Amino acid sequence: MNIVVPVKLVPDLVEELTIDASGAALDTMWLRLIINELDDHAIEQAILLKERYGGQVTVLAPDSEGVDDMLFTASARGADQLVKLVGNFEGGVNNHALGRALAAYVKDLKPDLILTGVQAHNDLDGSIGALLAEYLQMPYVGYVSGVNLETDKAVVRKEYPGGLIAELEVALPAVLGIQAAEQPPRYVAISKVRQAMKTATIEEHEVAELDLLGGAVVSRMFQPEAAEKATMLSGDPDAVAEQLIGIFKELGVL
Amino acid sequence: MNQDIFVVVEHLRGALAEISYVMMAAGRDLARTTGGKVYAVLLGQNVQNLADTLAADAVLYLESPSLADFTSDGYCKALSGLIGQHQPRAVLMGHTSVGTDVAGALSVRLGLPLVTSVRHFEGDKFVSQICGGKIMAEGELPAPTALITLVPGGYKPESGQSAQAPLVTPVAVGALEDLRVSVRQYIEPEAGDVDISKEPLLIAVGRGIQNQDNVVLADDLAKALGGVVCASRPVVDQNWLPTTRLVGKSGKAVKPKLYLALGISGAPEHAEAITGSNCIIAVNTDAAAPIFNIAKYGTTTDLFDLVPVLTEKVLQAKGG
Amino acid sequence: MKTTEMQENVFSREKIYASLFELENGERIRTCLQCGSCSGICPFGYLMEFPPSLIIAALRADMYEEVINTESVWMCVSCYACTQICPSQIPVTAALMTHTKEELLLAGKVPTELQSALENSQRYGNPMGESPRKRADWAASIENPKVNIMGMIRRPVDVLWFVGDYPSYHPRVQLATKALAKVLNALGVDFGILGPEENSDGDTQRLAGERGLFEMLAEKNGKVFRKYKFNRIITTDPHAFNALKNEYPKLGIDYPVQHYTQFLAERLDDIKPLLTHEVKARVAYHDPCYLGRANGVYEPPRTLLQAIPGLELVEMSHNHTNSLCCGGGGGGMWLDGFQWEKAHTRLSEWRVGEAVKAGAEILAVACPYEPPRFEDAAKTVKEASHLAVYEIAELLAKSMGL
Repeated sequence: MNIVVPVKLVPDLVEELTIDASGAALDTMWLRLIINELDDHAIEQAILLKERYGGQVTVLAPDSEGVDDMLFTASARGADQLVKLVGNFEGGVNNHALGRALAAYVKDLKPDLILTGVQAHNDLDGSIGALLAEYLQMPYVGYVSGVNLETDKAVVRKEYPGGLIAELEVALPAVLGIQAAEQPPRYVAISKVRQAMKTATIEEHEVAELDLLGGAVVSRMFQPEAAEKATMLSGDPDAVAEQLIGIFKELGVL
Repeated sequence: MNQDIFVVVEHLRGALAEISYVMMAAGRDLARTTGGKVYAVLLGQNVQNLADTLAADAVLYLESPSLADFTSDGYCKALSGLIGQHQPRAVLMGHTSVGTDVAGALSVRLGLPLVTSVRHFEGDKFVSQICGGKIMAEGELPAPTALITLVPGGYKPESGQSAQAPLVTPVAVGALEDLRVSVRQYIEPEAGDVDISKEPLLIAVGRGIQNQDNVVLADDLAKALGGVVCASRPVVDQNWLPTTRLVGKSGKAVKPKLYLALGISGAPEHAEAITGSNCIIAVNTDAAAPIFNIAKYGTTTDLFDLVPVLTEKVLQAKGG
Repeated sequence: MKTTEMQENVFSREKIYASLFELENGERIRTCLQCGSCSGICPFGYLMEFPPSLIIAALRADMYEEVINTESVWMCVSCYACTQICPSQIPVTAALMTHTKEELLLAGKVPTELQSALENSQRYGNPMGESPRKRADWAASIENPKVNIMGMIRRPVDVLWFVGDYPSYHPRVQLATKALAKVLNALGVDFGILGPEENSDGDTQRLAGERGLFEMLAEKNGKVFRKYKFNRIITTDPHAFNALKNEYPKLGIDYPVQHYTQFLAERLDDIKPLLTHEVKARVAYHDPCYLGRANGVYEPPRTLLQAIPGLELVEMSHNHTNSLCCGGGGGGMWLDGFQWEKAHTRLSEWRVGEAVKAGAEILAVACPYEPPRFEDAAKTVKEASHLAVYEIAELLAKSMGL
C-alpha cells in the first residue's frame, strides 16, 4: 500500500495579516507559516492506514520557510519518505501550477492512494487534491472523514451538511480530500522530532518553471470592514428586543 | 461570445440545498453585467421539478440513472459535455461537498479557469473570501468561461427564488459508463443529541444564567428561533446541560450564523471556540466583559429582562 | 501506535530504573518504604488508579506498563506535596511522576487539551497560542517611565524582569502585571523586559512530561539573555523562578534570580513610606507550590503583606509546607476538562473554601495561574461570592495609591 500525502504550509491566522505595497498580495514580512490543518489530518489518516494495512507513506511539500521542520515532524509521526519540491516559487504558486508540478513527480511513485486536505484557507483556484486527481486522471472524492481499503478500492465516508454521511466506493488509485482523520493528529514529543532531524533525510526534487494557467489574476486584496468593539444596543428591554429582531431579519435567521 | 450563466443546482435526497438559491441570486446579479440568460443546470433522476422555485430563465435537465446519486465522476462527465457544447460565460457551483468535488476536475479537463470561495460579484469582478474570512481577494472574471465556487453570505436566498417555475428543457446525457465512484449507502446522523459544531443558530448560556431552572429561558428562545442551546464550561460542569453542548477549548468549536451569548463573559478559553461565528451577539450586564471585543452587537440589558420579551417578539414575527 | 508490539520491553523494570537513576537523586526510589504517605497527601491521590506509591510498587513488580496504560497520572498537578513528605527523600514529583508523564507523551497518549498547550508553546512560545508579537502589548499603558523593552533600548539595565506567559497575555493577570510595573517604577527600579523575544520559561511543560520542549524553550531564552546586560533576573511567576534557579543552570544558563516578592521584600525600607493608603481587610496568603514547597520561600510575601497598613494577615488551615495546590501545575492548567471529568471538584474550589473558613475577605496570591483560577472558583463556591483575589503586587499598588 503506497500512500502519498501532498501537504503545504499556509499563513498562520494567529498573526495579523496585512496587504503588501502592491495591494494585491499578502505582506510576507510578518507572515508566519503553519501546516494546513487539513493536510495535518491527511498525514494522520495516512499513518492510520499504514498501521492498519501496512505499506509506506510519502509526504511531499513545496519549499517554504519552516518546511523542513514540518517534514521532520511528519517523519516522527511515522512517514517513511520525505520530499521537498524546490524551484522558483517567487511569482507565487497557485494550485493549478502546484498540481502540474506534483503530477509529474507523483506519477512515478505509482501511489495506490493519495491523501491531502480537502482545502486550505488560502486556496483561490480550487483545492490541490481535486486538481491533482484530474492531472493524474484519477477519481477524486472530497470531504472524507473515514477510509477503509478493500481489494482495488477504497470505501470512504463523505460528509454532507447536517451530519449526513455517504459511504462511497472509489476505484484505486484515487485521490481523497480529507476533512477529518479518524482520530485527531497525534502528539509528537519534541524529542522525537529532534531525533528525526538526525536520522531522517529530505529528498529534494527540482521543479521546472511554473506557469499559473488555470487560476484567476487577483487585482486587489483587502481586509473586510472590521468592527472594533460590539455595536451596543441600548434602551429598555422592549426596545433592545426590537432592535434584535431587526438584526435577526438581516441575518436571515428570521 | 455566449454570455449565459450556468448555475449547477445542488440537491441531496430529494431536497434542494439552500446554496442553490444563493447561487441563483449570484447568477442573476452576474447576468445583469454580462447580459446573458441564467440557466439552472439540474442533474439527477426523476427530479425534473426540483428547480421550480429557482429564479432561472430556464432549467437544463440532465437525467440519467447514473446521476440518481451525486458522485464526482458522474457529475463531472455530464457537465463537461454540456459546458463544452454551450460555452457559457460562467458556471456557478457551491463551495460545498458537492461543488468542490467537481469544480477542480472540470477546470483541468476543459482547460477553463477556476476561482473558488467567491462571495459575490461586483460588476464583472469576483470578490472571494479567504484566510478564515480575514482577507478579500478581487479580480476580473476570467475568460472564456469562468468556473466559480460560491460561498454563502453575499446574497440573500430570497433573491434567488421565484414563484414562477422556469421552463424545464431535457438535455440528452451521453453514456456515463465506467464511473469510478459509486454510493454504497447513506448514513443518517444519529438521533439523539445534536452536534452543535454543525448548527447554524446557537443560543449560549454562561454563568450569568445562575441556575438550572433558568436554562429554560434559553430553551424557549431557541425553540422560537429554531436554534439549539449550548453552554460555556461552568454550566456544563454543574450538569445544567450535557457535555455535548459544551462550547470552548475543552468542548467544541462552533461557527454558526448567529451566536447569541447570554451571561457569558468571553474568557479566552471560550472566545477562541466561537471566533468562527458569522455574528456574535452578547448579552452581559458587565460592560467590560471581554466578549464585547469579539461580538458584533451587544447589550448590557439584564438577560432575565430581555430574553422573555425577545422570545415573545420572535414568536410574533413568525406568526405564532 | 501499538506500543506493546513495536516497543518490546521499553517499559521493563530495568529500562525504567535506568532512566530514573539518571535523574538527580533518582536512585532513592530504591529506598521506598511503601509507607503510602505520598499517595495519602496527594490531593488527587484518591482518584488515581496508580498514585505515587503504587507506581513504585508496580515498577518493582515489573508491571510499569500497566501504569502507562492508564491515564491517571495526568491528575498529578506537580504540587510537590509527595516529595515534601517522603521519609526517604525520594524526588517523587520531579523523577517518578514527571518521568511517567514523559513515557505517556512519547507514546503519543496525551489528553487533547494538553496537546494544544504544548503545540502552542512550541510554535508561539506561549501555551495560549497568542502571537509573540503581542507579548508586550500589556505595557503600552504604563507611563513615567514607559516599560523598557531590551531589544529597543539597547543598554544595560539593573533588573531583567522575566514577565511570563499568563502575566503577558491573560486579561485578568495583565492587571497584576501592570500593578507590578507601577510598583517598580515607584521604587525607581531600573528594569527592562524582553517583550516579543521572551519565550515561555517551559517549567510547567517540563513537568507535564515534555522535556524536549522545555530544553528548546530554555535554549531560546538563553540565547536572548546572552544578548543583553543585566545584574539579575526577577520573575512574576514562581514556575519561571523555579526554572531559572534550578533547571536552566543545568543547561549552562545561570543568572542570579529572584521571585518578585523576594526582590521587593529586600527593599521593604523603601516601600514602607510609599504605602500611604490603608487596605482594611483580612487577607489570607496562598503559598504557591513553586515558591513555597519547591523552593522554601514562605516569609517574604508575608512580610510585604504585613507592611500594608490596615491589613490583617490570617493563615488558612493548610499553609506553609502543607499548603494546598491550586491545581494549575504539572499541566493541570491545561487539563481542566480532563481533571474535572474525573474529580468533579477543583483544588482551587477547595482552597477558596479554606480562605472563607479562615475569615478572609481577600485571598492574596503570588503566582499568575491563581487570579483566574481562584476567581473562577470563588464564583462557584457558595460562601465565597464576596472573596476577592489579588496578586501581592496589586495590593501593594493599591496601598501606594497607584
